[in-house]
Amino acid sequence: MVHIKRLQEDNADIISIIGEIDASSSIELDLTIAKSLGEGFKKIIVDCSAMEYISSAGLGVFMSYIEEMKDKNVPLVLFGMKEKVANTFSILGLADLLHICNTKQEAKQLADELSV
Amino acid sequence: MLKSKAIIRLSFLGSIIAWLVLVFSDITVLYSEMKGLPPGVPLWLPRLMLAVFILCLFYYYRYSVDRDEGLNFTDLLWKVFATGLIATVVSLVFRLGASLLGTTKLASNILFTDFIYQINLALFISFLIAAYTSWKRLILYQKSKWLIRTWAVFVVCLFIVLIYDSLQIAIPEPLTTIILVVIGLLVFILSANMRWVAYLNFKQKWTCLLLLLLSFFYLGYFIYTVSKLSESINAQSPSFSGFNSHIFNLCLLSFVIVYSVFSFLVILFNLPTSSVFEQKLEEVVNFQRISQSIQTEQNEESVYNILLESSVSSVFADAAWLEIQSATDGHKLFTFKITERESKDIRDYLRSHNIKGALDQSSDRTKNLSRHLASVKGSRFRSLVAFPITVKGETIGTLALLKELPEGFNKEMTRIVSTFANQAGISIENFRLMEEAFQTERYKEELKIAKTVQKSLLPTSLESAPDFEISAFAESADEVGGDYYDTLRINDHQVALIIADVSGKGTTAAFHMSQMKGIFHSLAQQELDPKEFMDRANRALMFCLERGSFISATYFVVDSVTKIIRYSRAGHCPVLYFKAREGTTGYLKDKGTALGMVRSKDYCKLVETNEINYAPGDIMVLYTDGITEAKNQRSEEFDYTRLEAALKEVTDKTAEEIEKHIIQRLYEFSGTSEINDDYTSMTIKFK
Repeated sequence: MVHIKRLQEDNADIISIIGEIDASSSIELDLTIAKSLGEGFKKIIVDCSAMEYISSAGLGVFMSYIEEMKDKNVPLVLFGMKEKVANTFSILGLADLLHICNTKQEAKQLADELSV
Repeated sequence: MLKSKAIIRLSFLGSIIAWLVLVFSDITVLYSEMKGLPPGVPLWLPRLMLAVFILCLFYYYRYSVDRDEGLNFTDLLWKVFATGLIATVVSLVFRLGASLLGTTKLASNILFTDFIYQINLALFISFLIAAYTSWKRLILYQKSKWLIRTWAVFVVCLFIVLIYDSLQIAIPEPLTTIILVVIGLLVFILSANMRWVAYLNFKQKWTCLLLLLLSFFYLGYFIYTVSKLSESINAQSPSFSGFNSHIFNLCLLSFVIVYSVFSFLVILFNLPTSSVFEQKLEEVVNFQRISQSIQTEQNEESVYNILLESSVSSVFADAAWLEIQSATDGHKLFTFKITERESKDIRDYLRSHNIKGALDQSSDRTKNLSRHLASVKGSRFRSLVAFPITVKGETIGTLALLKELPEGFNKEMTRIVSTFANQAGISIENFRLMEEAFQTERYKEELKIAKTVQKSLLPTSLESAPDFEISAFAESADEVGGDYYDTLRINDHQVALIIADVSGKGTTAAFHMSQMKGIFHSLAQQELDPKEFMDRANRALMFCLERGSFISATYFVVDSVTKIIRYSRAGHCPVLYFKAREGTTGYLKDKGTALGMVRSKDYCKLVETNEINYAPGDIMVLYTDGITEAKNQRSEEFDYTRLEAALKEVTDKTAEEIEKHIIQRLYEFSGTSEINDDYTSMTIKFK
């Protein structure tokens, strides 16, 4: 079960994930990111502070957008991950590929820097 | 079966013999009486023989008619009629013969008359007993305990009368009267059992009436013939006991006549209402057809057709149409005696005049729309009712019935059709559910195949070397996962090991796993550096994996000469390593991104080769995330710490024992033997 919310702040689309992302709920995450990109946001920030768990399918969703975002020059920044979730990212070697910050402030700042 | 056939033959033979004896003795008695001689045979013989004849016939019909389950009501009446016909024809032939003889001496001879009388009597009695047996079946149709008892009493009474008749026992007058009254009462009570009439349809009723009417004719003919003959004999020989003096025969005759008359009248008065009964029966049959159509028919279309047909025939509609609106198949129209154009005109008219609830599919109530039809130009119809067809609370179509008469549908009719429409909705719902179940079944079957494929991809035997031993374990949940492990000997001193986890589940996971196996077997033989192995594997998988899929893996090359393990981790769970010399355990958390995550040449920067020296007693535990993420009832994870702890407990054991211990700890932790993920592990113990 997952709940995904979107909030716009300073030209950035902030996607909040509440709950667990497993194989079935990853589809919802996929749709949300696709929508956000489709609406032409230049900065996408993902709030992971309420994310309890992410499965490999959920990670696959993030990975599948990396190339597209690089081409469109849209930075994707994640922040506020719980230790367990962060561990999942790091084991799969995603920590080096994605931009991961601790706080929302840092995330916004990083997104601004990257989008320039 | 053979027994009853034997009884039929035996009783028939018995009756013929009895009759021959009867004729012979009766003529002898009569002759001796005429001549005033003492009779050569006992006087009671003819009477006794008559009783024997009757009993034999009774058994004959009992076994030939009563036991035949295949006979229906009209068949029974037909049997009576046929017996009567044969009897009458035979009697008429003798009458013709007698009239041909004219007024010769023979014709007026009393003995000849007696002979003719006996023939007629035998025919008459056999006809009566045939009728009696058939009536019995009709009366005892839908029997009750009480009815069976009454019938038994009736039979006993008849038997008593028969004995009385044949033995001429002197019974006091009042008792005879009582018995006769009882028999009379029983005849009337039994004759009230006419339930079978209700089951006849209109045509059968007419047939029955005709058959009964003809039977009356035979009865009348025989009564006339027999009484006439017995009178003429009686005139010459006063002591001759005629038909009238035989009480049993009279009882039997009155029973047959009373029941026939009752049946005739009941059938006659039931004629006008039989169409209603038939229609009710047809409704039931139609209803059954709709509900069973799913089992017998193969598609929804036939359900619609049956619904249309049944509704039209139940309410005598002049025309009808069935409009089905479905998201998948689009718009469908089934018509009955109405052109699509006509139906379209009516629908368009109703729509254009904004008549709500007519064929409006959102309407959940059936409405009588007749008053609107009068204003539709060029339409021959004056009555219209429409019914929604709902499946799972959603209206999928409309059934419209039309009549040329104004106010053509009554409440009863609308009630029936709405029941039909509901049942059709249920049938279609069932049909769809069945279809769904079928799909699920197919999906399950597919999974089963995928699981077999996946199992067959795992190695049946693992490499071994003098300085290490390997043990592996794999158990998967119902869903197919994509865990893979394998070993391959590169050369005499190097062995390659791999453990991998394909993202996703099901058939695709099994498919990707087979690709991984292919890659491992082709690349490992080339003696590549582990990092190079990963880079090439990534390049190979780049175009095979669909978007969002990836494979995490760790690849090892164990060199038994240098005692070095060279490995590369690509996003897979860190290896648990036990160093025997220091007695410590730890996870090898090196850098590395899963295969398929980055689909470019940059990938080589994201993986690296690491080295570790091994010594005897060292243990390496490879596993997939199913193990660390296994949850207990409080949804805590097994996690790295518990895995490490489990290994520490058994570091001095063999690879196989260590593995068993870890799995046992895992099951203890999860508290159930049912697993919800794949458990895969490979344990290597160095010697």
